[in-house]
Amino acid sequence: MVKFERFRLSNGLKVLVHPDTSTPMAVVNVLYDVGARDEDEKQTGFAHLFEHLMFGGSVNIPDYDEPLQVAGGENNAYTTNDLTNYYCQLPADNLETAFWLESDRMLSLAFSKKSLDVQRKVVCEEFREHYINKPYGDVWHIMRELAYTTHPYRWMTIGKELPHIENAQLEDVKRFFFKHYTPCNAILVVAGNVTVEHVKALAEKWFGDIPAGTPYQRSLPQEPAQTSERRLTVHRNVPMDAIYKTWHMCSRMDDRYYAADLLSDILGGGASSRLYQALVKEQQLFSGINCYHFGSLDAGLFTIEGQLVQGVDIRQAEAAIEAELDKLRNQPVDERELQKVQNKTESVMAFEDMSVMNRAGSLAFYELLGDGELMNTEFDKYRAVTADQIHQLAQDMLQSANSNTLWYLSEPGATTT
Amino acid sequence: MPDRKSAPQIKDAVDYAIQLKHPEILQLKNKTDLYKVQAGTEEVVQIEWVFKAGNWYEQQNNVAAAANFLIKNGTSTRSAYDINEYVDFYGAYLNRSCYNETAVVTLHCLTRQLHSLLPLVQEIFTDAVLPEEELHIFRQNMKQKLAVNLKKCDFVAGRKIDALLFGDKHPYGIYSEMPDYDALEIETLRRFYAQYYQHGHCTIFAAGIFPADFDSLMETHFGSLPFNQSAPSEPAHLLQPAEQKKWNILNDTDGVQGAIRIARHFPNRHHPDFPGVQVLNTLFGGFFGSRLMNNIREDKGYTYGIYSYLQNHIHGGAWIISTEAGREVCEATVKEVYYEMQQLRDGDIDAEELLLVKNYLIGTLLGDLDGPFHIIGRWKNLVLNGLDISFFNHSVDTIKNIQAEELRVLANRYLNPDDFYELTVI
Repeated sequence: MVKFERFRLSNGLKVLVHPDTSTPMAVVNVLYDVGARDEDEKQTGFAHLFEHLMFGGSVNIPDYDEPLQVAGGENNAYTTNDLTNYYCQLPADNLETAFWLESDRMLSLAFSKKSLDVQRKVVCEEFREHYINKPYGDVWHIMRELAYTTHPYRWMTIGKELPHIENAQLEDVKRFFFKHYTPCNAILVVAGNVTVEHVKALAEKWFGDIPAGTPYQRSLPQEPAQTSERRLTVHRNVPMDAIYKTWHMCSRMDDRYYAADLLSDILGGGASSRLYQALVKEQQLFSGINCYHFGSLDAGLFTIEGQLVQGVDIRQAEAAIEAELDKLRNQPVDERELQKVQNKTESVMAFEDMSVMNRAGSLAFYELLGDGELMNTEFDKYRAVTADQIHQLAQDMLQSANSNTLWYLSEPGATTT
Repeated sequence: MPDRKSAPQIKDAVDYAIQLKHPEILQLKNKTDLYKVQAGTEEVVQIEWVFKAGNWYEQQNNVAAAANFLIKNGTSTRSAYDINEYVDFYGAYLNRSCYNETAVVTLHCLTRQLHSLLPLVQEIFTDAVLPEEELHIFRQNMKQKLAVNLKKCDFVAGRKIDALLFGDKHPYGIYSEMPDYDALEIETLRRFYAQYYQHGHCTIFAAGIFPADFDSLMETHFGSLPFNQSAPSEPAHLLQPAEQKKWNILNDTDGVQGAIRIARHFPNRHHPDFPGVQVLNTLFGGFFGSRLMNNIREDKGYTYGIYSYLQNHIHGGAWIISTEAGREVCEATVKEVYYEMQQLRDGDIDAEELLLVKNYLIGTLLGDLDGPFHIIGRWKNLVLNGLDISFFNHSVDTIKNIQAEELRVLANRYLNPDDFYELTVI
């Protein structure tokens, strides 16, 4: 049970406070309600590039990291398709340093030309390191384009292509900032060895006079229901064939989300999951196989990915996946298997909640979903899922008309084992 | 209006007293030491069984790793699936990992499930059968994984630099080739299991919130096993560093980045320079605000990230600088690394920079000692390296008190380009 208090400043900034006196540290987490889905399709990768620029100095403070490190703190940030999250941890005595730094960069950035020039290069190297210079690195680039025709989930957070990042201009950066990085589009969570009164005073002092900004009205083009199966084959310089299958699934706030999440565990959650046991251990068609989803806020993708054992025909491998899916479509899972994935979920949540940093991040995320309190009721929703609901979901979601299949094949001449 | 131009008052992190909570130490009847840290807010536990069963003790490549992997893949009464299903059903994680000197089996679970899980852990230490079929699957999957990894410049560079430093026959430098997996035989693995696990040398580290009968549970399940009956014979391994210092390897003609490793030998934690070099390393390349990061990422934009670190083995280690940089700026990156070494040898470290590093290190340490798993992790490190709390306290004192001049002496002692291997893999 995570206890917290909530208040809102007059400029619209939501503040959640989660005191925990068992630690000498404090965590300050600022979530901005903007992600890659909010980008212009001609300027993808911008939300993430912007995250880098948030460390390039703000209007009154030339450098973000240095004063934080002097105060004994450390920090990081991440961008997803849905949101951008910044967090730092420092000794609780120095909490005000974090308020000073975070509020100044919410007030305004320095918009330094040098910072933009350098971070464009850094992000291009990040792009190369993770998505170009790695075997199978372009899979999600291809899969998103295949599965989405309309919704901005069709590009990755890092961006569609390098030129989108290389061509980013300072004017674009400013526009993006004043549109999205405003108090009314942000959630501040302060956790650790702090008191609500102290946080209230600090929040008023440092964030209170920042202009509210205009609330961002999100109206993203929604993905139409897919009505026929899509397939694509690519050849790459990789040692092993691989298969990726996705199905459109419900959004994070849909009632069926919990059944979908448990279903992904039944299929691919660890060494006793169905796909691993049947296809890696018994039939030995795959050297590895996984089932997962991204928990996207808008309707996302339910995914199975597998690396084939060398020499196995990909048609046979795909048929074996389908046979496992048939079992789920034809028959409800038994109670023990359902209980197993529920128990795993309970334990994952308990371990996640051990660190005050994770608790702060989760609170911000659930507040974005509508209410930080959801964090405390989440597991009940998993516990309430029935075998029939999972059965129904498997039948509705795992249809071929709703599926996208990518055969990612080793090109002739690629080195093999 | 707050004064946004000036930083709020801070308490210097170096003014914090840092204390590492002591574990409770028990010895089971069979002389197995059990270190316990009872702490935390969640009803969870972590238990690690550490065996002297790393690749230091093997006579054939990958035997230690394979035995470690197969240990939970079947007993005389349960299949690998039975074991996995059982562990998953209780929402637990039973992992194993193999290192150079040690091999570890780790259990994470909710406190209330511990009673159901310990008998299974006991079973895999007494009755693992290491099925032939499981070895076949392991071999096949590891070879495929290796084939994929060999496409990655960072993977190739990581294993090559170890081989250059220690020699490719030494446990710290040896790496896997496809035929090594083919050569594995089940009987060799079973012998290794019998010698180094069943009758091996075991130490247990536990942390979290324990059930009331924890001590007797541990005694019941592990106190009568034939552990620690004799000290394992310590094999001697010859260091065979490469003679050639500079290496350029073209692994992928289409590669758009190069993996750079610049490395030298560095003594183990018992060396008197170790704590000071930890501070010097932090300043040099050990954190996001380091000189390497500021110069090569934040000023030049050559890389997504660059770090230096001390690679710590029990018997000795290395000091390594590691990055992936754009193919056309690899040379420039290497040059800047040497430039930063020179700056540390000849230039000044001003008081502000040094205080920043000290505050950062102490602040991180404060955060790091937060929670039972981190605390036991520190103790595990001390115990396995033959150190005690005085090493930890001395490290903290060093961070708080070391002076710029001492760091410059250390830089002159250790940061000389001639002592470094230099490797770029594209």
